[in-house]
Amino acid sequence: MKKFDKDRLILGLAGPVLALVVAIALTSVVLLASGRDPFEPYKLMVESAQYADIQVLILNQAGTYYLAALAVAVGFRMNLFNIGVDGQYRLAAMMAALVGAAVELPGPLHIALIVLVAMLTGAFWAGIAGVLKTLRGVSEVVSTIMLNAIATSLIAWLILTDNFGVQLEGSNDLTTGEIAESGWFPSVSLADGGEIYGFTFVAFALGIVYWFVLNRTRFGFDLRATGASESAAAASGVDAKKMILTAMLISGGVAGLAGMPTLLGDTHTYSLSFPTGIGFTGITIALLGRNNPIGIFFSALLIAFLDKASSALDQYGYEKEIATIMQGLIVIAVVVSYELVRRYGLRRQQQKVGEELAAAARKNREEVAA
Amino acid sequence: MHALVGENGAGKSTLMKILYGMQKPDEGTITIDGEQATFHSPADAIARGIGMVHQHFMLADNLTVLENVVLGGEKLYGIGNRARQKIKEISEAYGLHVRPDALVENLGVADRQRVEILKVLYRGARILILDEPTAVLVPQEVDALFANLRELKSEGLTVIFISHKLGEVLSVADDITVIRRGTTVGTADPANTTTKQLAELMVGSELPSPETRESTVTDVPMLTIDDLQLNATDPDGAVREVLAGITFTIHKGEVLGIAGVEGNGQAELVEAIMGLRDPDGGVITLDTADISHAPTRKRRESGIGYIPEDRHRHGLLLEAPLWENRILGHVTEEPNSNRGLLDLKAARKDTERIVKAYDVRTPGIEVTAASLSGGNQQKLIVGREMSHAPKLLIAAHPTRGVDVGAQVQIWDQIREARREGLAVLLISADLDELIGLSDTLRVMYRGRLVADADPATITPEELGSAMTGAATGHLEAAPEDEA
Repeated sequence: MKKFDKDRLILGLAGPVLALVVAIALTSVVLLASGRDPFEPYKLMVESAQYADIQVLILNQAGTYYLAALAVAVGFRMNLFNIGVDGQYRLAAMMAALVGAAVELPGPLHIALIVLVAMLTGAFWAGIAGVLKTLRGVSEVVSTIMLNAIATSLIAWLILTDNFGVQLEGSNDLTTGEIAESGWFPSVSLADGGEIYGFTFVAFALGIVYWFVLNRTRFGFDLRATGASESAAAASGVDAKKMILTAMLISGGVAGLAGMPTLLGDTHTYSLSFPTGIGFTGITIALLGRNNPIGIFFSALLIAFLDKASSALDQYGYEKEIATIMQGLIVIAVVVSYELVRRYGLRRQQQKVGEELAAAARKNREEVAA
Repeated sequence: MHALVGENGAGKSTLMKILYGMQKPDEGTITIDGEQATFHSPADAIARGIGMVHQHFMLADNLTVLENVVLGGEKLYGIGNRARQKIKEISEAYGLHVRPDALVENLGVADRQRVEILKVLYRGARILILDEPTAVLVPQEVDALFANLRELKSEGLTVIFISHKLGEVLSVADDITVIRRGTTVGTADPANTTTKQLAELMVGSELPSPETRESTVTDVPMLTIDDLQLNATDPDGAVREVLAGITFTIHKGEVLGIAGVEGNGQAELVEAIMGLRDPDGGVITLDTADISHAPTRKRRESGIGYIPEDRHRHGLLLEAPLWENRILGHVTEEPNSNRGLLDLKAARKDTERIVKAYDVRTPGIEVTAASLSGGNQQKLIVGREMSHAPKLLIAAHPTRGVDVGAQVQIWDQIREARREGLAVLLISADLDELIGLSDTLRVMYRGRLVADADPATITPEELGSAMTGAATGHLEAAPEDEA
């Protein structure tokens, strides 16, 4: 049976490789059309990624992306499209920052409290969509998009100085106040500048947990079965409604964690300039990584590389939005190429099984004849 | 009219796929009207006048017949009155009685099949391929279908007919080709061949029969259903009785067969027993425990095995490997898992065992369920359900689309388990199977059990007429009555 496994690996890689090649080619076409050198930007980006400080930036960014993508992937594995990861992530980061700044506890406890608040907030916000879907049949796509908008308004309101916000002197930025040092997650300092956020490692470790839960537990099997065929899962004894709600809660909880590397390792406060759009990038990464923890890891690195290495382009007269164009093209290419590869794979396997059975039958017949 | 018969996995479906352009042949030629043809896609085949009616209907339930027919063929006669005219024309010419503006979801199986046939004719097919068209029909409907097919034939169309039911093949075909393991093993002239000879050609062994005559029925009730009621609310708000006053008992070692035209509540009854639908009234008791409102998983854990009517929708994860499909439905049970964690090694090993013991023809357990033929998928399901020593087996059409060889195996397995005290609820459209396998027979009509019969004395024809609601009560003067 080894043969099929090797096939599956090759087919698994064929999807992303095909998507990337197409996306790069199309980006080059865009560059050509705007009268630029179609290849130089790639060279510049690769060169800039050779600096250690850029590498650290990429890794830290990848950690954040990794969490957001895991949150999306949990939903994807059971056919739920949680577009609300972004809102869940922002609201969770804000609430965690508020609580973190309000209390002072011994180190590990302080951090644990902040992380817990973030997960609960994210889970709560996603849970609203989950409850709406299970009780009223509201599509989670619509409700999570709306919840994103509500989260934006809610954050804007909460952070007003009349409520919980703090305005720093000499700045227009509003923050939630700084978290005491006991609530900072230790970072790994490198010799030649830059610090890798400690939470980045937690993020990657969560990938292992994700893999284990999905592939080695009953719960994970039920979740995957529901994603593969809701009707078959129901007949097998999975309570679909409970499953939808649980998956949304987990997805939201993980989404809540996505703000932690930045909050605990860098800013120590939630401010108006806290990064946004992480949840949407997470969708791209989960798609590109095929909801597979290792695939997501490399996709997160790739997208983080595009983000961080592209800032060097400005110095050479290229717009750094080239990277944004490429990310967009990757999404389109991924969707198309995965479907193509999936269909090809299914057909091919069907044929192979037919051939092997025919061969076995022939052999049998010859043996009988002999 | 040419019939093609053969075991499952014998290559009938592959041959049809090649004819329909879905798969490419490695060698050999196809000749149509004396002209050699090669097909790269179903579109090529349609262009050459070949049309296929699949075993699983490919209709959109929420569209009308007209919309379904023009779907993908909009260029032929438009989507409006011209198309409606054309549909009526075809419908009248071949006596199909299709109403273009009916919603497909309101149609019965036989009507849907006629829509499928019409769809193919609408696209100008001169050669019709029918993949097991009678598997889902009752005898009366089969006769009607054959009348339609004869009509088509008299208009000069060619019909290729795939079936497992040899009696039907002999009665309707002009010529028969038997294939086994990918090659033609013989041809037969229906005029002077018996079903027995044909079956022997097909499997190279004796004609099987589902007969079970020695009774193993005990007086220990396993499943008791008392006055079960299930309502459904229509989109317009009206409440409809789907099941009403269903009462029966299946004892250990008893097979209770339920006959009925599809859509008379059998599927809903199964879903109520499996916990997929919550009954509005009545009590379901399994082995003295009230399970009327228990969740599905609990029911499965307490010993209900389930062979679903639609294996693709309810029995398998098509894109998952066989060993994952072996876990499906029994994820909380040995050997699949242990305290919340899956035991992949044990599950794989047990899948190997099932594949061997139930003769599932596959190159291995890592291939997806979708790559197996229908009969082999069914064998895997039967093996899986039997592996957990069920107390009650719900078998809905257990041998639908399964060849003679596998059919015998499945019957044998049911019979053997029955000897060991298994209670079986059997629902089938194959009346021979129902009569042969059951200890007790009930007839379901419009959500009620309207008649009962003794399988030892009843004939398929009598049963068939009760299924249309023509006869009620005890179907014979035979003295015993299990009610």
